[in-house]
Amino acid sequence: MVNERPLVEVRNLTKIYPPRGSTAEFHAVDGIDFELQRGESFGLLGPNGAGKSTTMRMIAATSPISGGSLRVLGMDPMKQGPEIRARLGVVTQDDHLDNELTVRENLHIYGRYFSLPRTVIRERATRLLDFAQLQEKAGDQVETLSGGMRRRLTIARSLINEPDILLLDEPTTGLDPQARHILWDRLFRLKQEGVTLVLTTHYMDEAEQLCDRLIVVDHGRIVAQGSPRELITRYATRDVLELRFRLDERDTAAEKLRTSALATGGNDTDGRVELLPDRVLVYAADGEAALATVHAMSLTPLTALVRRATLEDVFLTLTGRSLIE
Amino acid sequence: MLHAFGYWVTLYRRTWRGSIVINVLNPLLFLIGIGAGLGALVDDNAPAQIAGVSYAAFFAPGMLAAAAMQNAFLEGSAGVARAAGFGAYRSATPTPLTPEQLAAGHLLFIAFRVLIASGAFVVVMAAFGLISGWWALGALLGATLTGVAFAAPAAAWAVGVRKLRHIDTVFRFVIMPLYMFSGTFFAVSQLPEWIRPVSYLLPLWHGVELCRTLSLGSATITGSFVHIAYLLALAIGGFLVARITYRRRLHP
Repeated sequence: MVNERPLVEVRNLTKIYPPRGSTAEFHAVDGIDFELQRGESFGLLGPNGAGKSTTMRMIAATSPISGGSLRVLGMDPMKQGPEIRARLGVVTQDDHLDNELTVRENLHIYGRYFSLPRTVIRERATRLLDFAQLQEKAGDQVETLSGGMRRRLTIARSLINEPDILLLDEPTTGLDPQARHILWDRLFRLKQEGVTLVLTTHYMDEAEQLCDRLIVVDHGRIVAQGSPRELITRYATRDVLELRFRLDERDTAAEKLRTSALATGGNDTDGRVELLPDRVLVYAADGEAALATVHAMSLTPLTALVRRATLEDVFLTLTGRSLIE
Repeated sequence: MLHAFGYWVTLYRRTWRGSIVINVLNPLLFLIGIGAGLGALVDDNAPAQIAGVSYAAFFAPGMLAAAAMQNAFLEGSAGVARAAGFGAYRSATPTPLTPEQLAAGHLLFIAFRVLIASGAFVVVMAAFGLISGWWALGALLGATLTGVAFAAPAAAWAVGVRKLRHIDTVFRFVIMPLYMFSGTFFAVSQLPEWIRPVSYLLPLWHGVELCRTLSLGSATITGSFVHIAYLLALAIGGFLVARITYRRRLHP
């Protein structure tokens, strides 16, 4: 299995949408490179409009590339689109399920699009409904399903052809926390079974839970890549101290912190103080020690929380504050 | 293409009973109302004005063609725009099906729907004694062809339409006026002379003439050939353009 050809090879890939009416030419993807190995679970992270979905569509062979080169499963998406799509599973941002049909009929129709024999579809549909925990809903119209169930059905549907790669575009956006956790559990199972996953998300916890490796994309370019752990080590500190102050004290407290040893690092080389609209973040190797320093400065935060740095901190560092807007 | 067609058939299986009732009831009411009611009035006051047959016999095939046009246009425009925006095309795009196959499958289904609806219409016409024998089959195929001649260009255009009210506008200002100038309710020869050449260019006129001459048994080979060629050209041309517009919308 060593030296096996990557499932996806992306070289200097670009996507340019021609000018349309009053909108100028738009570089949605502006030269990105990466490779995807079999069995990997790979994440594309970025704010809205960073080019994640466009990249996914090009890999899915449903959007022609504008430049660079792209090989999917060793094939050229511009020439062998149907052959590539036959071996991919795609979960798009919107479900696009057929509300007027039943859960099982949705799977059936989809399987027919892949020219699978009816008996094969029937057998797989039963198994997939089981996997998606939708056995009891098999005969129900899709209209009656909750958001989480629709998502699970969409994922079940995308697996009907037993794909080599599963592409998920923001799989849990818009779901309530419980539904997200059920979905993560299902995706984690797929990962354990060795399914190769590519997912886009702007949820950092999702990326941390599901991705072995990821790229952070902003304005159509890669701004960082690595495993979640590597990125946190490289672009954040071990701990983050979150402080909230009374409104009238906030600015002076922030100013004091900014000019303190905490901001310049002191003995902690990569310490940093960041002012957010609602709180102040202090990046530090040792959060408790940093909090002690804050108290020693006779500042009195309303709340203080020491936590481990997450991918969200990396993300905010790299792409600016765009997520907060 | 057949898998895409299969999707629409699956959907149709849920609603066919209702739509068959409408397909039969609609012409039945039309033929009773216009044929027996208005037709009696026309026949009493202006006998032999039009083609020397009863008004009902004149009107029914015209209505057959116009109804085929209307059904096909609506399914080919609103139906296609919806499928492209948030419906069936979207869910089928990531599969091996190509945009061209989606276009062909949907048009095949529209043809099938028009065939069923026109079939119901022809059966009702036969029950009223307005058509018989092989001519009925000819008129049925003529009506289906008329439908496809509208559905294909409509689909080519509608796949790129993002606002459904644009379709409403075209229906109101393009399709509805066609009824008036294509000899549906009255013969084109009753229109002022200067406007008639316009009628002869309208696709619905060719559909109406094709169905009417076949239904009245007055069809000529040359005449029918011209009508069929005109309608076929529209259908094929529409499909060729649809292949491009479908790809542009579904594989942006």
